[in-house]
Amino acid sequence: MRQNRLKIVVFAVIVVALIYLLKLFFIQVIDSHYKDEAFNNAIERKIVYPYRGIIFDRNGQLLVTNTPVYDITVVPKKVKIEDTAEFCRVMTITLEEFKEKMAAAKKYSKVKPSSFITQLSNEDFARIQDKLVDYPGFEIIARSVRTYPHQSMANALGYIGEINKAQIEKYGAQNYRSGDYIGISGLESKYEPFLRGKRGVKFVMVNVRGVEKGPYSNGKYDTLSVAGKDLYSSVDLDLQKYAEYLIQNKVGSIIAIEPKTGEILTIVSSPSYDPNMLRGKDFRKNYVKLLRDPVKPLFNRPLMAMYPPGSTFKLINALIGLNDGVIDTSTTIPCNRSIVNCHGSHTHCNLFESIRVSCNPYYVGVFKKLLNRDVSPSRFKDTEIGFDHWREQVSKFGVGRTLGIDIPNEKKGQLPTNKYYDKIYGDGHWAFSTIYSLGLGQGEIGLVPIQLANLACIIANKGYYIAPHLIRGIGDRHHKLKDYTIKHNVDINPKYFDFITLAMQAVVQRGTATMARSKNIQICGKTGTAQNPHGKDNSLFIGFAPMHDPKIAICIVLENAGWGATAAAPMASLIIQKYLTGAIEDQAREDYVVKGNFIE
Amino acid sequence: MRNNDGFTEGIDWMTVLLYITLTTLGWLNIYAAVYDPELNQSIFDFNYSSGKQLLWIACSLVLVAFLILIDYKFYDAFAYIIYGLVMLLLMLVLVAGKEVAGSKSWFEIGSIRVQPSEFAKFATALAIAKYLSDITLKLDQKKTIMVLAAIIGLPVGLIMLQGDTGSAMVFSVFIVVLFIEGLTPIPIILGLSSGVLLILALLVDKTILTIGFGVLTVPIIGLIIYKKRHFIKPVLLVVAAYVFAIGVIFSVDYVVYHVMKPHQQNRVKALINPDGDPLGYGWNVTQSKIAIGSGGFLGKGFLEGTQTKFDYVPEQSTDFIFCTIGEEHGWIGSFTVISLFVVFMIRLFYLADRQKMRMARVYGYCVACIIFFHFLVNIGMTIGLFPVVGIPLPFFSYGGSSLWSFTILLFIFLNLDASKSHVL
Repeated sequence: MRQNRLKIVVFAVIVVALIYLLKLFFIQVIDSHYKDEAFNNAIERKIVYPYRGIIFDRNGQLLVTNTPVYDITVVPKKVKIEDTAEFCRVMTITLEEFKEKMAAAKKYSKVKPSSFITQLSNEDFARIQDKLVDYPGFEIIARSVRTYPHQSMANALGYIGEINKAQIEKYGAQNYRSGDYIGISGLESKYEPFLRGKRGVKFVMVNVRGVEKGPYSNGKYDTLSVAGKDLYSSVDLDLQKYAEYLIQNKVGSIIAIEPKTGEILTIVSSPSYDPNMLRGKDFRKNYVKLLRDPVKPLFNRPLMAMYPPGSTFKLINALIGLNDGVIDTSTTIPCNRSIVNCHGSHTHCNLFESIRVSCNPYYVGVFKKLLNRDVSPSRFKDTEIGFDHWREQVSKFGVGRTLGIDIPNEKKGQLPTNKYYDKIYGDGHWAFSTIYSLGLGQGEIGLVPIQLANLACIIANKGYYIAPHLIRGIGDRHHKLKDYTIKHNVDINPKYFDFITLAMQAVVQRGTATMARSKNIQICGKTGTAQNPHGKDNSLFIGFAPMHDPKIAICIVLENAGWGATAAAPMASLIIQKYLTGAIEDQAREDYVVKGNFIE
Repeated sequence: MRNNDGFTEGIDWMTVLLYITLTTLGWLNIYAAVYDPELNQSIFDFNYSSGKQLLWIACSLVLVAFLILIDYKFYDAFAYIIYGLVMLLLMLVLVAGKEVAGSKSWFEIGSIRVQPSEFAKFATALAIAKYLSDITLKLDQKKTIMVLAAIIGLPVGLIMLQGDTGSAMVFSVFIVVLFIEGLTPIPIILGLSSGVLLILALLVDKTILTIGFGVLTVPIIGLIIYKKRHFIKPVLLVVAAYVFAIGVIFSVDYVVYHVMKPHQQNRVKALINPDGDPLGYGWNVTQSKIAIGSGGFLGKGFLEGTQTKFDYVPEQSTDFIFCTIGEEHGWIGSFTVISLFVVFMIRLFYLADRQKMRMARVYGYCVACIIFFHFLVNIGMTIGLFPVVGIPLPFFSYGGSSLWSFTILLFIFLNLDASKSHVL
């Protein structure tokens, strides 16, 4: 009997072992959800942030860079401080602050790091770093913030800031998550996909209390972060700074472009701000301050401020007139000042003179010839046909549409359509006499400064432009976006540009813009004085130099500065001189320009 | 002193080899359980359980030498005295013991803690074996049963008083020994069926069970009446069984909510419904199963486990040491360890069975059965087949008391086995 009973017990042992092995087979081999659970339990996925690309100017100077800032974190459980007073002295905090920070850290977690002091300056970091080894539980974490080694170009460069929920949805959760930084305006925004790089992922093991315990599988599944691409800007920082120096205390824009390439050399919006204001821990405070500033430093004037082009627009009308054959270079029109006023003592002029002295009645005449070509017996219909044709031509100059500069929020200005007039005057109840001021660049037309600068480029290039842009190299020096290699033709016979160029040279030499004259450089230009319903006229100047083989095209708009010749023209000349020769000819002119204060 | 030629003569080397293998594997797994990849500490570091366990193993080897050198007659002669001394310790610990995790079952001497209930196992086994060494005693005699019940009941009572229900439960396995020696199977049947009924009652609605069992009983009674001439007795037996079953079923609520302590209730709940509260009472079992289950077929590799060493599994180096095996060595590792235990236990049963001396035989059964009970409960709880009961896995779990008690238990038997030729 004993033998049998022993067999029963041994049998039971074997059965139990088999049941256990079967159950183990189920949970270890067949059911895979335990593996996922284990992974979720103990493996934490950490984002490794790439280095954001930096931006160089045309000569390799830094426009935007990253500087490390240092946060000190604390793990309360590891802290051992013998002399709290000494510690506070090292950290330059008060005892109360120390107690407060430690209490907050303990409240968060005793074993996980929480931030103790954020954004230490380099000096503080250097001082604290050596002493921190004596204080276990404290650790320095390096992060980087955007830094600008200058105070220029704020509106064009833009800034970065914390991403919002809508942006996360737009750009995808795989690229961003809450708390990340994203380019919000300017180049930072437009080139965000290049600048941001690719985030890496690091898997770390954590214990049940969330304390890190080293890389998972020796980092086998980790992915490296890829640094963002550096950008090479076409801007000449020295020229930019000089332009900003000249425009101080004035409201307006300066844009200088290399006409052949469309590369922007200088883009100034005034008044501006120090780009270093919108970074780091003071971002919010400073942003609100800038937003409330009555001179609107955040308003990017070169792209967003719309002005009637004034006399600068006469160039377009002259070119279209020539190309369409409604005038020729010898067409003379009397200076009939009954419709519009004019300046100077001339009584009639030819095309050349009309540009040199900026004759107003001449362009009323040209515009009439453009609109009414007797293609329809109806005066209204005839005007409409002429207008549509003219409008199409004008639009080829980039007027009334965005040029596609690589900064967001570019405005397209205003170029009215026939529908627009139909709406105001009733269907077909408008004619040349209603809209003649368009001939002078006044009335319902508005351009933003970048479009005016582009006009200077078109004339310098004798008939084409490349969309103005600030970045000529992404990742390396010569790798620009495809959009910025396309020539846009305005479909005007190049020979007419030769004529206009000569006339523009005369404008500077002995016309309305003699204040732009240079001894050594053949500058071509055209002034404009746009009527401003809100106060003193806006002063405009567009031009390029040297006359043969232009290297720089420029547009200057100064709000409420009066006649174009006195304010904008000398400034343009100085910038051209500075760029082409590296020096200025006449210090007195610079002093005159700098002194001008048109804000109040 | 032993009076034979070499003191190792007659020792069952296969069992010794299994002992060494299991202990070494245990030590390596303790190291894996407490290993911290950030610190990368040595397995010999005495600040960690692995280093200490090595010390306990070294002590055990000294102990083994003594246990084997002592003449087998010593155990025969001193069985009751050893039993008496250990019982005294069990009483003393109630007065002078230190309370750890709700159980007052530890003596604290300096930094070392000793748990006398661990030693009560071999002492009780010795006492039972000594008592049954009188071959005239039969296990159907009331007196014999009463005396045995007293020998077993005393330590059980004392250990229960300490609050260590888990350790007390181990003593129930002596019933299996007595069963092999001729005790009626009724206590085992009643015990097992009560357990099954208890689980059933917790899983299934009581009314359904009552009706269900009733429906089963009626045809059985009918069959008995139809087939047997003397049917009164068997019918009464069936009816009694039915009444017993219903009694157990309806006493479940009372047992669970009034007899059991809250933590014991939770352990039963965790067994019945492991997903009920994975972060609360289900935590231990859930985490234990995650650790083992994540090991897969081949395991994550030595020291590569994440669940066990990062404290997700509680008591990772003691009661839940099997998780480390499951996580790092997978099903293959589990299979190896379980197989080693099965071979070990069968070897012990075989050795016991070949004893000519009844005392040695009974003691041998006791050794095998105690190890089986620990194996059954400890591994069962880590894979969710048994409620969580805090008893160690022999030779694997960290702890000096546990290792020494199993070493003493085993090597007394190997001594007796080696000396079997001297008896006749």
